[in-house]
Amino acid sequence: MLARLVLILALTLLAARPAGAQGFAGLGSTAAAEGFATPSPETRLSFPRDHGPHPDFRIEWWYLTANLTGPDGTDYGVQWTLFRTALTPGEAEGWTSPQIWMGHAAATTPQHHFFAERLARGGIGQAGVHSDPFDAWIDDWQMMGEDLDSLRLTARGAEFTYDLALTAEGPLVLQGINGYSVKSADGQASHYYSQPHYKIEGTLTLPSGPVAVSGQGWLDREWSSQPLAADQEGWDWFSLSFDSGARLMGFRLRGARGDFTSGTWIAPDGSATPLAPGAFQAAPLELADVAGRQIPIRWRVTLPERGLDIEVSPLNRQSWMGTRFPYWEGPVHVTGSHKGRGYLEMTGYE
Amino acid sequence: MIGAACQALASHWRRHPLQLGTLLAGLALATALWSAVQAINAEARASYARAASQIGGATLDVLEAPGGPMSRARYVALRRAGWQLSPVLEGRTRLGEEQVTLLGLDPLTHPPLPAFEAAMQADQAVLAQMLTQRGLLLAPPELVAALSDVPGLPPLRASDSVPPGMVITDIGLAERLLARPGQIDRLLILPQQPMQLTPLDQLAPDLQRRASRAGADTARLTDSFHLNLTAFGLLSFAVGLFIVHGTVGLAFEQRRAMVRTLRALGLPVRLLAGLMLAELLALALVGGLLGLGLGYLVAAALLPDVAATLRGLYGAPVAGGLSLRPSWIAGGLAMALLGTLAASAQALWRMLRMPLLSAPGLQAWAQRAAQGDRRMALAGLGLIASGIAALGLVKGLIGGFALIGGLMLGAALLLPPILAALLGLGRHLTRGPLGEWLWADTRAQLPGIGLALMALLLALAANIGVGTMVSSFRLTFTGWLDQRLVSELYLTARDDAQGAEIVRWLAPRSDAVLPIRAAEFTVQGNPVTVYGVVDHPTYRDNWPLLEHGPDAWAQVNAGQAVFINEQLARRADLWTGDAVQLAPGWVLPVAGIYSDYGNPTGQAITALPALLAHARAVPNRRFGVRIAPGAVPDLIEALRAKFDLPASALIDQAGLKSRSLAVFDKTFVVTGALNLLTLGVAGFAILTSLLTLWSLRLPQLAPVWALGLTRGRLARLELARSLLLATFTALLALPLGLALAWVLLAVINVQAFGWRLPMFLFPLDWLRLFVLALLAAGLAAALPARRLYRLPPSELLKVFANAR
Repeated sequence: MLARLVLILALTLLAARPAGAQGFAGLGSTAAAEGFATPSPETRLSFPRDHGPHPDFRIEWWYLTANLTGPDGTDYGVQWTLFRTALTPGEAEGWTSPQIWMGHAAATTPQHHFFAERLARGGIGQAGVHSDPFDAWIDDWQMMGEDLDSLRLTARGAEFTYDLALTAEGPLVLQGINGYSVKSADGQASHYYSQPHYKIEGTLTLPSGPVAVSGQGWLDREWSSQPLAADQEGWDWFSLSFDSGARLMGFRLRGARGDFTSGTWIAPDGSATPLAPGAFQAAPLELADVAGRQIPIRWRVTLPERGLDIEVSPLNRQSWMGTRFPYWEGPVHVTGSHKGRGYLEMTGYE
Repeated sequence: MIGAACQALASHWRRHPLQLGTLLAGLALATALWSAVQAINAEARASYARAASQIGGATLDVLEAPGGPMSRARYVALRRAGWQLSPVLEGRTRLGEEQVTLLGLDPLTHPPLPAFEAAMQADQAVLAQMLTQRGLLLAPPELVAALSDVPGLPPLRASDSVPPGMVITDIGLAERLLARPGQIDRLLILPQQPMQLTPLDQLAPDLQRRASRAGADTARLTDSFHLNLTAFGLLSFAVGLFIVHGTVGLAFEQRRAMVRTLRALGLPVRLLAGLMLAELLALALVGGLLGLGLGYLVAAALLPDVAATLRGLYGAPVAGGLSLRPSWIAGGLAMALLGTLAASAQALWRMLRMPLLSAPGLQAWAQRAAQGDRRMALAGLGLIASGIAALGLVKGLIGGFALIGGLMLGAALLLPPILAALLGLGRHLTRGPLGEWLWADTRAQLPGIGLALMALLLALAANIGVGTMVSSFRLTFTGWLDQRLVSELYLTARDDAQGAEIVRWLAPRSDAVLPIRAAEFTVQGNPVTVYGVVDHPTYRDNWPLLEHGPDAWAQVNAGQAVFINEQLARRADLWTGDAVQLAPGWVLPVAGIYSDYGNPTGQAITALPALLAHARAVPNRRFGVRIAPGAVPDLIEALRAKFDLPASALIDQAGLKSRSLAVFDKTFVVTGALNLLTLGVAGFAILTSLLTLWSLRLPQLAPVWALGLTRGRLARLELARSLLLATFTALLALPLGLALAWVLLAVINVQAFGWRLPMFLFPLDWLRLFVLALLAAGLAAALPARRLYRLPPSELLKVFANAR
C-alpha cells in the first residue's frame, strides 16, 4: 500500500511525468525527504492519536475500499481516499500552511467506473483530519465517527454519490512489524496499519438512481517521508478478503533491480502475520488496453506457505482513475484455492 | 492580339510614370491609414482577449459579495457544502515604484492558467515554491526587469503569459502584499459540479452570481475608442480613394484615342475592359502591398501611445508591440482591391458604353456637370437628412456615427453645386473679358477638381471638428481638475494600520485629513464605485455639481442621499430626485449629479458612515490632506522620514494635476496624428487633380495665350484660381467642422464616455488651419503652374495644329 504515497507526491509536481530513474513521480528521491521525520522501527503506534495527521512526515493517507452488493446481487466497488502531502514539515494557520490535501472517490459497477478528485490547502479548514472524535474531510466528502469502529462515509462526484455506515467487526491490524512496514531491500519503510474488518450498509446513488448496498470494507492508514527506492517505478497492490474469513494484503514493487514483494496474512480472528520478502508472488495472466496503455488486469497470486494459489480478476476492466496522476484501482473477484473479493491497485504503467 | 493590347495599355504608364506613381501612392495611402487603424484595433483587442485568457476562468461565472470582499471562512463553508469554487483576491498595489494589479489565486483549485502551466513546464518546483512561505511572483518580463532591484520583494519569475502590468501569485502571498488577510474578492464557479448540490441562492442568498466579466468590461469600455479610430481610418481611406478616382479617370481620358484605335483594329470591347480591369487589379495589389507596409510602420509608430492611452484611461492591458496577422493582410488587400474597383467603376463603365468613334472632349463633360449639380445637391441634402434620421432611429454610438457620415458625405456632395453657385455669382460681379473668362473657366474645371476639393473639405472639417472637441474637452477637464483636486496633498498608506497612524500624526499638523474610501457595488448590472466622504467644506464648496436638489449636501452628509456622476446618470437614466438601489436593502434618493471626467465607469458619493454600514472591509489607506500650499514640501519630507513611504505614495496637488493632464494629452495624440495625415492626403488629392487637369486644359489655355496673355500671367492666374477654390472650400468647411464638433461633443462623447461637454470655439486654430489649407492648395497648384510657365510656345501652338 506504500505505493500510494506516490499519488501524494504527485501533488507537488502536478505537471511532472513519472520518471523511471527517480521512481514514480519523483517519490524515490532522497532529497525529497530532507527535513522530514522518517519512520522508525522503535515507534509504537498509539490510538486514537495516530488516527490523526502526522504533519512532520511528508506523506500520509486514509484509504478506504469497499466491496458491496445490491439487492439484486450486482457487485459494486467504492473507494474513498484522503491524501496529505507536506511541502515542508509542520503546520501553519491560513494559506501559508505547507500541507496539501487530495481526495479521490470512485464508484465502480460491472459496466461503469465513476470517479472524482478534490484538492485543498491545509490551514483554512477546507480539508483535514481530527483524531478524537474521528473526522476526516475534504470539501463535503467526509469520514467521521466517535472512533474508528463506527464511521459514516460520504462523497459525491458529478455522476455518483454515496452515504455508507461502517462498523468494525474486528481489531486494527498493524502491518509489518508493529506497524513498521519495510518497502525495499534498502530499508525504505512506512508506518502502516489497517482496519480490514468493516461491515458496510448504505446507499449508493448512480445516474440510474439510488441502490441499497451492503458488504465489507478495508481501511488503510499509512504515513512516511520516503517510501520508494530510487529504482522503483510502480507497484501492484492487493487487499483480498476470503470467504473463510482470512485476509491477505500483498504488494509487488517493480524495480530495475528486480521486484520487491511483501504482505501480511490476517487470520479470521484478526491476528496478523507479516510475510517474508518474496513469499508473496503475483504474475500477470492477461493484459488489457486501458486508457491507451497495457495494464495487467488478471493475475495469478500464490502464497505457498498458506497453500494459496488463486486467480484475481476485475469486476470492471476499465477501473481507471483518470486523475492528475492516473492509476488503476478497482474491485476484484478471487477464484482458485481460496474464494473471495477484494481490491487491486496498479500504478506506474505507461 | 491580347499581347499587343497589353503592350499598348502598358505603354501609357511608361509614358506617364508620374501618373502611375500617383495612382500607386493614392492606393498605398488609402490602404496604409485604413490598415494602420485596423492593426492597432486588432492588436488592442487581441491584448484584451489574451489578458482574459491569461487571467483564466474567462468563461466562468463568478460569485461576489455586494459591497466588498467576503471572508475566507465563507469560501470554506461553500466548499464544504460541495460547491467547486476557486477564490480570487485582486488589488492594485505598489511594488517598488511600479503600480501593479496583483492577482492572488489558489493554484490548486484554479482552472488551468497559462502562466502556471508555462512556469511549471520550465521548472517543476514552481508550484511548491509558490505555495510555500516565501512564495513566488509571476510577472511579465518588462515588469520583472523594472522590479528586479526592489529590496524585500518575494522571488520574481518572468512569464510571457502574464498580462502587462499584472502580477500573478498565490492568494496567501497576495493577501499579505495587499494587507488584506482573510479576504476574498470573488469565487470562480468551476465548470464541473457534483450532483445533488444545494442551490447557491439557498446556501448564500446574499452573494451575487454573475456571468464572467473578464475581458468583457475592457471590451465594453474601449469599444467606443476603437470605433472612433475605425471612423478615422475610414475617412482617410475615402480621401485616398479620391486620389485613385482622379488618376484612373485621367488615365481613361488620355487613353481614349488608344482605345478607339485598339477597337478599330478589332479588339472586342469586353476583352479590352477585362484587360483594363486586370491591369487595375494588378495595380491595386501593388498599391495595397505598399500600403500594408506603410500601414504597418504607421501602426507601429502609433501603437505605444494608443497602448498608453488604453492603459491610462481604461486600465486595459495592452502591450506596445505589434504583431503581423494574416487576417490583417487579407483585409487590407481586400480593401485596396474593392476601393480600386469602386473608384474606377465609373471610368470603366464610361469606356464600355463609349461609341466606337466618339471624339474625346472636355466641353461635354463641363456641360453635363451643370445638370449634374442639381442631382448632387439633392443627393447631398438627402444624405444629411438620412444622417439626422439615423440618429433618431438607431440609438447609441452607431447612430452618432451615422449622423456624422451623413453630414460629411452630404456636405461633400453639396460642395460642387455651392462652389458653382459662388463662381456664377463672382462672374456676375466681374467686369471685363479676362475676369469673366477666369470665373467661367474655373467653373468649367469644377467637375475635374471637385472630388479633390471634397477631400479637402472633409479633411478640414474633420480637423476643425476633432480639434474643437479635443480643445473643449481639455479646457473643461482642466477646470474640472481644479474643482475636483482640492486637497494640497494626496497620500497612500501601506495598510489600514499605518493609515490610522498617519491620521493621528497629521491631526495637529494639518488643517484637515480627508479619508478617501470606496467600495464597489452593482447598479443595474454594472459596477459602481461608491465613495464615502466626511462632512467638510472642501467637498461642499468645490464638488463639480451639474445639478442638485434643495438641501443636497445636508442630505448627503446625513447619509440620506447620494450624488452620482454623470456617466452613471446617463447610463442608468437616474436624475436628481430618482431613487438608486446600491445594494439589496440600500436605496437612496439621488440628490445631485456631478461631472466626472476621470474615469469611464459609474461612481457615487455619500456619507462615510452610510458606506461603512453597507460595505465590509473598506480600506482606509488613501487620504487628502488640507494644509497651506507653502507647507506641502516640508510635510512630504516629514511624512517620508517618519513613515518610510515611497515617493510615489505622496503626491502633491500640482503633481497629480500634471499627471492627469499627461494622460489626457496621450489620449488624443493618435487623433492628432491621424488628423494631420488626413490633411496631407487631401493636399495630395488636389495635386493629382490639378495634374490631371493640366494636360486636358491645354486646348483651353492655348486660345487665351494666343489672344495675348503671357505664360507667366497664365501661370499666376492658375495659382490664384487654385487658392480661390481652396479659400471657398475652407470657408465652407468651417460650419461643417463646427457641426461635426457639436455632434462629437453632444452625441458621440455622451455615448462613448457618458458625459456631455460644453463647446468652446478656438478661432486661432481655424486661422492656422485656413493658412495650412491655402498652403496645401498653393503647393499643389505650384507644380502645374511652373510647368505652364516653362512650357515651350511650340506646345501651345501644337494645340491648334492637332485640331483634336
